[in-house]
Amino acid sequence: MDVLTVDDLSVDFVTPEGRARAVNGVSFSVPENRTVALVGESGSGKTVVSQTIMGLLPEKAHVTGGRVLFRDPATDGAPVDIAQLDRKGATLRAIRGNRIAIIFQEPMTSLSPLHTIGDQIGEAAQLHRGAGPAEARELTREMLSLVRFPDPVRGLDAYPFELSGGLRQRAMIAMAMICHPALLIADEPTTALDVTIQAEILKLMKDVQETLKMSMLLITHDFGVVANMADEVVVVYHGRVMEQGSAAQLFGNPQHAYLKALLNAVPRFGMEPGERLVPIRPIEPHAEGFLKSGRTRAATPGTPLVSLAGVTKRFVTRKAGMFGGKSHALLALDDINLTVNRGECLGLVGESGSGKTTTAKAILRAIEIDEGEIRYDAGAGPVDVSKLSGADLLDYRKRVQLIFQDPFSSLNPRMTVNDLLSEPLVIHKVGTPEERAERVRELMRLVGLDARFLRRYPHSFSGGQRQRIGIARALALNPEFILCDEPTSALDVSVQAQILNLLKDLKRELGLTYLFVSHNLAVVDYIADRIAVMCRGRVVEVAPTRELIENPLHPYTRALLDSVPEPDLDAPLDFARLDAGRASEPDAWPHPYRLTDGMAPTLVETEPGHFVCAPGLAGNAPLSSVKEAVS
Amino acid sequence: MAFYVLRRILTMIPTLLVISLLTFIIIELPAGDYISNQIAALRAAGESASIAKLEFMRSEFALDRPFLERYLIWVGLWPGPHGFDGLIQGNWGWSFEYDKPVAEVVGPTLPLTIVLNTATILFVYVVSFPIGIYSATRQYSWGDYGFTLVGYIGLATPNFLLGLILLYFSNRWFGLSIGGLMDPQYIGEPWSVAKALSILAHLIVPTIVIGTAGTAAMIRRLRANLLDELHKQYVTTARAKGMREARLLLKYPLRMALNPFIADIGNLIPSLVSGSVIVSVVLNLPTVGPVLLNALQSQDQFLSGFVLLFVAILTLFGMLVSDLLLAVLDPRIRLGGKAPS
Repeated sequence: MDVLTVDDLSVDFVTPEGRARAVNGVSFSVPENRTVALVGESGSGKTVVSQTIMGLLPEKAHVTGGRVLFRDPATDGAPVDIAQLDRKGATLRAIRGNRIAIIFQEPMTSLSPLHTIGDQIGEAAQLHRGAGPAEARELTREMLSLVRFPDPVRGLDAYPFELSGGLRQRAMIAMAMICHPALLIADEPTTALDVTIQAEILKLMKDVQETLKMSMLLITHDFGVVANMADEVVVVYHGRVMEQGSAAQLFGNPQHAYLKALLNAVPRFGMEPGERLVPIRPIEPHAEGFLKSGRTRAATPGTPLVSLAGVTKRFVTRKAGMFGGKSHALLALDDINLTVNRGECLGLVGESGSGKTTTAKAILRAIEIDEGEIRYDAGAGPVDVSKLSGADLLDYRKRVQLIFQDPFSSLNPRMTVNDLLSEPLVIHKVGTPEERAERVRELMRLVGLDARFLRRYPHSFSGGQRQRIGIARALALNPEFILCDEPTSALDVSVQAQILNLLKDLKRELGLTYLFVSHNLAVVDYIADRIAVMCRGRVVEVAPTRELIENPLHPYTRALLDSVPEPDLDAPLDFARLDAGRASEPDAWPHPYRLTDGMAPTLVETEPGHFVCAPGLAGNAPLSSVKEAVS
Repeated sequence: MAFYVLRRILTMIPTLLVISLLTFIIIELPAGDYISNQIAALRAAGESASIAKLEFMRSEFALDRPFLERYLIWVGLWPGPHGFDGLIQGNWGWSFEYDKPVAEVVGPTLPLTIVLNTATILFVYVVSFPIGIYSATRQYSWGDYGFTLVGYIGLATPNFLLGLILLYFSNRWFGLSIGGLMDPQYIGEPWSVAKALSILAHLIVPTIVIGTAGTAAMIRRLRANLLDELHKQYVTTARAKGMREARLLLKYPLRMALNPFIADIGNLIPSLVSGSVIVSVVLNLPTVGPVLLNALQSQDQFLSGFVLLFVAILTLFGMLVSDLLLAVLDPRIRLGGKAPS
């Protein structure tokens, strides 16, 4: 029996500019106790479908046709057509949050910061199950232990800002589950989470589904998640269903060109060296003129360009005190030793809070480091970056540039593309106005954008186009070293493939060096030559890409690799192994990896070029014993 | 929490000291002082008989000492002609203009000032909240446009003009006496129910007049704040739980939109006092405002200094209240130090 049947649904948005059809004749159904994945890129209409089912469509959206039939298995009553109900009416309110519940993408903003999570979760029980405050509290406590909150009783009185993203998402799941809904809609439930947390949340959702016998509509753009969670898959594009069927059918034998293209755009492990992703809309960078010849790449590739030696950074958080107060030091970078060679791409991987962005900022000299040295070799021998000043510092700023994570907030909305791209040139007093204009046009061609767009403002571009503008801006000064801080994590997979290919091509054409910061191992695997894994402010493993993926030594690296959901039905996540413990706790790592406070995170070389953080083996231990101990 | 309160109160002490110093500098900025100006005037008129007495007063009030010493004597941290006798010891100084202690000059006006200010703040909040919420939830409706129009008129009309118009009509329709804060027969009388009622009736016009501009500004800000909050994800979360719209609005977005208003209590007070000077003069209100105006004009320095300091203390107190309320209402402020990154 189907819990939910969406039948030929169409939704229009009425705006002053006219009507826009967001959902166009979509039909699918969710069987009892099954998971259906609704897959599509941003703008495909998948979220509008979920809003229609919840009756949460914005004011300007209108259902223009079709039905959304909800059949509650608990009552065996007649199906209700949600599309016909008043969105603010009592009938729909009684279903919403009670029989159909939803989890949102952003656990950071989905909870009110002013109310305890106990209050917010228990509220649904008070509304729908007629529970009193005490009973609601007890139900909430039960729910929190069901979603495996570490300390359910204390969790009741915690405020969202006291919890990590993973815990907040657990609280959201508890809130959705408290009335034991027949249908759970999960709208990108793990997109904002770290990969290890994502795996735990996915496991949790599976377990809860098992316990409560409910159906799930999973909305996602991540085929890795789909492969691990879904029984059936519906692929939508521009408001229409492109293809639907069982997961086995779709992964094994995709029919529609769009689905094939989408699957080809996802980076996966074990791609052949030299194999390229196929973006849906490929772009051709045209490197010419000054960019090609501007700087003479004197130094030979392969020599160290940037080297970090013993870099340590502490952030001091002040606690309110009488006058001044106690200060608490947080070790953001602990004795980082890392080298980026000229012409390579070093991938820097870790969870949020692992210190990878701090490392990038330290290299940029956007923050001052407390200990250690960052040396940069501009061709005339290594120079300590922290001692640069005046013209030397300006020259360094020209050589090292940054590409930001969020293409939406990193471009000033009040500047035209022309202003954005020429600003670095103006700051560094490069060329005459005519030369600058020529350079800006060249930059646009380089990232595959039309020079006619120069007079537009950032808001008229898509996320992928904005990121290309961000890349063009980073290239404006003809740098040799580019720090990429999660440049694709805010983008759709098809656009991600486009940007990754662009970065690869630019690196080859312009002889660039990258430090590529990311939490997505598959992406780093695709683009990086070597990978460094960070955890809690320490580098735990460094190795050439293939070596690291195929022969990971450190328990944290292994956990990280184990928790990446692959878009492949034959390689499901091993949920049982995830249970083994929190792999990101340095205290809990087995010997010789265990790190306690104050211990130096010594790197030991096991193979040529393969370093692992094993303080238990530091000292005079011969190489052979290291290999024995770690294998 | 108790520690937080204590800390906030203790940090008020250095703040007050700095404010008192600044106040003293400001009131001493014009050349000369009240008595030396009088002496100059008497000399010009050729009368020298009473000069000796004024010279005596100059030393009596320590006006002949250096600046820093004068300041410290005023505050009460330095022995003056009569030992330690300043603000700290409860001596608010001497008003030359009125020839009375400052305490006697401002004494009767202080409670009325506080009453009027409190009433005005309450008026601002009570009126602006429902209207602001209405305007935000029914954005671009006729009601929203109507209130916006009224609000702009309220902002644009000169206060004293509005005051005069309201006084005229309240006298014509309700028979209230023009001006003042009570009917003339109660002035100087002991407190009685009738007197209190009379004061309440006379409070209405000044409260509305002084509060209009603040109300209009507050409506605009509440509307803007609430509109921002209404589209946040956590509101959708609450709606997805199946909550009623009205309850949802009060519990989630409104509470988030409240912070700026609570933080504003401290700022409202000085603007109400200084902004209401003209209104108080026009409406003949026995508040601190007109006293301050007179004192500043005639360089009655201890009087003006005290009034300025009084307003500063009111402001600091308002800030304290808003800080404490914020800490109570917003756990992020209360528990701020403990949050894991």
